[in-house]
Amino acid sequence: MAPPPTKQRFVLQSRFEEVARVQDAVIAAATAHGFTESQIFAIRLAMEEALTNAIKHGNRLSPGKLVHVEFDCSDSRFRVQVTDEGPGFAPEGVPDPTRGENLERPSGRGVMLMKAYMTKVSFSPSGNRVTMIKRKSCHLPNRD
Amino acid sequence: MPESASRLMIQKDAEKAVTIIEFMDRNILDEANIQQIGEEVGRIIDSSPYPKLLVSFENVDHLSSAALGTLITISNKVRQKDGQLRLANIHPQIYEVFVITKLNKLFQIHKNTVEALKAFK
Repeated sequence: MAPPPTKQRFVLQSRFEEVARVQDAVIAAATAHGFTESQIFAIRLAMEEALTNAIKHGNRLSPGKLVHVEFDCSDSRFRVQVTDEGPGFAPEGVPDPTRGENLERPSGRGVMLMKAYMTKVSFSPSGNRVTMIKRKSCHLPNRD
Repeated sequence: MPESASRLMIQKDAEKAVTIIEFMDRNILDEANIQQIGEEVGRIIDSSPYPKLLVSFENVDHLSSAALGTLITISNKVRQKDGQLRLANIHPQIYEVFVITKLNKLFQIHKNTVEALKAFK
């Protein structure tokens, strides 16, 4: 009989130091539910990008703003929602960082990496909530 | 305020006059970490008229796009001084991040330290 899903919620201040405790819990849950090492690498990378984006770009590092994280992990699927309290953004407006003219930009790769490594990535209409799913059957990253 | 402890291990290859940089952290993930690393490497570049840097990813298990951004900044700084930057010992999972972001085309990446050192002019 499969173990019950792991569900956890976190509320983070907009400081990068807050990320580690979420990552520790995510890695522990994914490990307990049998995700492979490379899948855990993928989840961890996507989580880091989503949390950093929420703190840095969404909340602009504002001490008064929080980041809300909810994840659930089962033997078949990891799912997470990351919500910031910022004004939102349009993810379709982020330039393709792999195009020649953007290659030397120091930023702008987070959303692309999230999409490359997770089964599904979707944003709320306002852009301040991202939902990511990694299925156990998924062995992404995609490469064109 | 005391400076934070260095997150880098630095050696010098005397024969090729190359500074070899390794990371102490297995995950150069978080923004606070990578900013300090960028500043430390920046000081190394500033201290040399013609910097030759080899960055070894020997101890790196994870990295983020912030780390990639810092590498780009380092690369630009080295190029501005007509220096050389090479990367080596990148774990396949980490190398895949370079490939996905097409940054494997931007950086000179070598299998190991020996091969990288041979390539320095």
